[in-house]
Amino acid sequence: MAFLTNLINGLSLGSVYAIIALGYTMVYGIAKMLNFAHGDVIMVGAYIAYITMSSLGLPSFVAIIFAMIVCTVLGIVIERLAYKPLRQATSLAVLITAIGVSYFLQNAALLIFGSAPVSFRSVVKIPALKLFGGELIVTGESMVTVIACIIIMIALTIFTKKSKMGKAMRAVSEDKGAAELMGINVNVTISATFAIGSALAAIAGVLLCSAYPVLMPTTGSMPGIKAFTAAVFGGIGSIPGAMVGGLLLGVIETFSKFYISTELSDAIVFAVLIIVLLVKPTGILGKKISEKV
Amino acid sequence: MKKLLAILLAACLVFAFAGCGEKTSGDAIKLGGIGPISGAAAVYGQAVQRGAEIAVEEINALDGLKFEFKMQDDEHDAEKSVNAYNSLKDWGMQILVGSVTTQPCIAVSTESNADNIFELTPSASSTDVLGGQPDADGNVTIQRKNNVFQMCFTDPNQGIASAQYIFDQKLGEKIGVIYNSADAYSKGIYQKFMSKAKELGLNVVAEEAFASDDNADFNAQLTAIKAKGADLIFMPIYYTPASLILAQAAQMQYDVDFFGVDGLDGLLGVEGFDTKLAEGVMLLTPFTADAEDEKTQNFVKKYKEKYGEVPNQFAADAYDCVYAIYEACKAQNVTADMSASDICDKLVEQFTKADFKVDGLTGNGMTWSNTGEVSKSPKGMKIENGVYVGL
Amino acid sequence: MLKFKSLKKTTRTAVTSYGIILVAFAIMFPLQQFGLLSNAMAGQLVPICTYIVMAISLNLTVGVLGELSLGHAGFMSVGAFCGAITSSALQEVIPAAPLRLLVAIIIGGIFAGIAGLLVGIPVLRLRGDYLAIVTLAFGEIIRNIINCLYVGVDKRGLHISMKDIASLGMENGRVIINGPQGAVGITRISTFASGIVLILFTLFIVLNLMNSRTGRAITAIRDNRIAAESVGISITKYKLTAFITSSVLAGMAGALYAMNFSTVAAKKFDFNTSILILVFVVLGGMGNITGSIIATTILYMVPEILREFSDYRMLIYAIVLILVMLFTNSAKAKLFRERVFDFVLRRKKNEEEEGVKND
Repeated sequence: MAFLTNLINGLSLGSVYAIIALGYTMVYGIAKMLNFAHGDVIMVGAYIAYITMSSLGLPSFVAIIFAMIVCTVLGIVIERLAYKPLRQATSLAVLITAIGVSYFLQNAALLIFGSAPVSFRSVVKIPALKLFGGELIVTGESMVTVIACIIIMIALTIFTKKSKMGKAMRAVSEDKGAAELMGINVNVTISATFAIGSALAAIAGVLLCSAYPVLMPTTGSMPGIKAFTAAVFGGIGSIPGAMVGGLLLGVIETFSKFYISTELSDAIVFAVLIIVLLVKPTGILGKKISEKV
Repeated sequence: MKKLLAILLAACLVFAFAGCGEKTSGDAIKLGGIGPISGAAAVYGQAVQRGAEIAVEEINALDGLKFEFKMQDDEHDAEKSVNAYNSLKDWGMQILVGSVTTQPCIAVSTESNADNIFELTPSASSTDVLGGQPDADGNVTIQRKNNVFQMCFTDPNQGIASAQYIFDQKLGEKIGVIYNSADAYSKGIYQKFMSKAKELGLNVVAEEAFASDDNADFNAQLTAIKAKGADLIFMPIYYTPASLILAQAAQMQYDVDFFGVDGLDGLLGVEGFDTKLAEGVMLLTPFTADAEDEKTQNFVKKYKEKYGEVPNQFAADAYDCVYAIYEACKAQNVTADMSASDICDKLVEQFTKADFKVDGLTGNGMTWSNTGEVSKSPKGMKIENGVYVGL
Repeated sequence: MLKFKSLKKTTRTAVTSYGIILVAFAIMFPLQQFGLLSNAMAGQLVPICTYIVMAISLNLTVGVLGELSLGHAGFMSVGAFCGAITSSALQEVIPAAPLRLLVAIIIGGIFAGIAGLLVGIPVLRLRGDYLAIVTLAFGEIIRNIINCLYVGVDKRGLHISMKDIASLGMENGRVIINGPQGAVGITRISTFASGIVLILFTLFIVLNLMNSRTGRAITAIRDNRIAAESVGISITKYKLTAFITSSVLAGMAGALYAMNFSTVAAKKFDFNTSILILVFVVLGGMGNITGSIIATTILYMVPEILREFSDYRMLIYAIVLILVMLFTNSAKAKLFRERVFDFVLRRKKNEEEEGVKND
């Protein structure tokens, strides 16, 4: 029974990673940049939701929507101010700027919201499911997180395959110059990607803090790094890959904590990552890069 | 580009030298503070800063000795802590209240020992801060730093007291432990707890660790402890992870008693925390914000007015630190024009006197020994209906 | 000035970088000896030296070899702890501090080099961001393992355990590494002079490597891997050479760093430290060794200078970082800079011409 319990815990944790990883992957696919500030957008989203619920007393779905709006705007503003001027610069320059933005968000949050951790009230009101006569308990948070993750992944896949904007995104990620020649507005497309990624970050923030209810200015950084790992695991740039990577990472982490060592669990997760990348150098579902001479 | 950088470099140097000019002056004794004001551990450093500021304000309102207090950020990092210490020295610091966290404090206390500046740490609880303490096998790693004293309990003390308390009160048949193996504080208490528990014959069925300060997922640990059938979980950790453990235990509907140490204080003050989760949690702590005595109430009121939150144990320890230094300075007639080294000699002499007793928020009649450890008694508390009740 | 410009580019780089270090030493060392430096400045000297070595060595991987590494602090960590163990264990055998420091730095470098080899062989098959994430993973693994490491020394020699201090089974020994608390009770033997010597050594190794046949092969791989391979350059061999050299130097810097503080913990060498060093390298310029030296010095000092701003310190640091990146890299800023330079140059030219006329 412990096996099943751990599997469910792992899937639940993995789903949160997966939603964050989706944001990483989308931005990477189109802007070819590692947006290290993504984890901190999650933290901002969670704080907005927290304030909406506790200070303004609004219901949780309003809080989620409000958090999504604020994060979307934040994502677009960050892109416009910090990343857009660097469109022609090396990817490393953008990476360092993203780190600067990450420091900025964390320290601004520290000044605005204070250093003391706040306890996040879960937005999930569904009671836990008891199976096998109470031996196995599936919490409402786990169910909602896993379901939300699946819905988001399907919606994103359909969006990128069918909608006009989605097609534009794929075109830009394939070849920016050619897409521009085809009449696609590259700047708008990139902004839209950041908007979607940041809105997803808001959802991830709310779900993360519902399952693990402590919120402080550094809440986003560790899940951010883990999700980045998950995105690479699954093949960065690939939407189903982010989902697979996130879930696998969550399950491996939980199992290694339970069966091997809680202290070495991070080392084990990263070791598995290295092995996977050695066998499949572009991640589990990543595209093979064919080189032209 | 290069020229620009060169100019910047020059500007930096000028800045650095500008700091040299300051010398000790004025009629206030300069108290320095070091702790994390930014980063993941910022909550502890800020609490210390605020607690100390309130004490300094109160003292300056009285006649007699005056203090000037300046806090520097160390981001919970030994290297930055030493930098902060050096910059405080440039400012003319005469007495140090800090560092707040253990590892940086070990680094800083070595420096202050070399400079002979008196150091009283509110919250760095490892014995390595003080030095001169043998471990279980009689190995002494660090020599005693005579200028360093602690306001908080040392880790071994707490571990032993907790095991004894659980044994005496028969709080649990099967005991599980969750500790933070990456934290010197938590691991220190855990190790002493385990050796004492063995001695007393307590039945510890599960020992689970987590390895990082920003770990948020405790399901695996709780599942393991639940599988072993523990009816009491000992948590020698700070309140932030503890609040997560409580919430996750409730989510998985695991009905178990919890027992904590002084790091758990502050749990009820977490904004938005559902105090129902903490119902029945027991802890050993020298300070609780809802104690009835006038001193505590006065302090809590001022703190809330000024900073809009309930003070935790760190703030109280810092407040006591400043008052302990104040009492010692008064007794030894320390004045602001003395050098840091002279002040240090006088304060060390005063702190190690058997009749030097300080009444503070975290204990009455606190005394210090040559080892630098404080002697005060922790109180057993239980959370009932969202408030602490003495056990 | 004209003569200097007529020198070969490589010689010019060498002269400037050695020059900066020697001049800095010539100014700072007497000031430090006579106690004229502020305590804050004096305390930063050794860390700055360490980070300069870190930045130069990372520049070898990132700038010269062209592979992004996010785990450079991992090698520093290996060097730091091996150095700490060596120094503590040899305290009685080698009483002379400078010699002990030298031995510790060499041992730290060797072990970091071994780690570099172990990581390098599998890792260098990967490319781009995948390589970056694996180096990140490696850095985290190292940190995690050292967090569980216990080392002590007594008369019978070294004791190592992955469990706790009690299982070391020592008799009247000293604990050197105490798990998550890291190495405690280190005797501080690093000095500013030793830091300068290490920088000069690093410069010597890196500049010579860059200007050698090997170095040109490495740059060729960076610029066009396939072309390089087709003219018979062994990719793995040269990549590995650069990677291992870089990790050995990082290990040496780590040892120097550890010997400067009475305690050092694995947590220090996490992802954030790797990133910090990467920031130094990127801001100084890829493959630009002099740039790394200057950028490290300035960026290390900025947060310390900002201490006056107390609560807003790190926020301002973040803003400075973003603005500097925008100013140095954005297309518009480049245009603006060019215009300014153009303007200045034209005026200079005019002046010179006028000067000629006046003669």
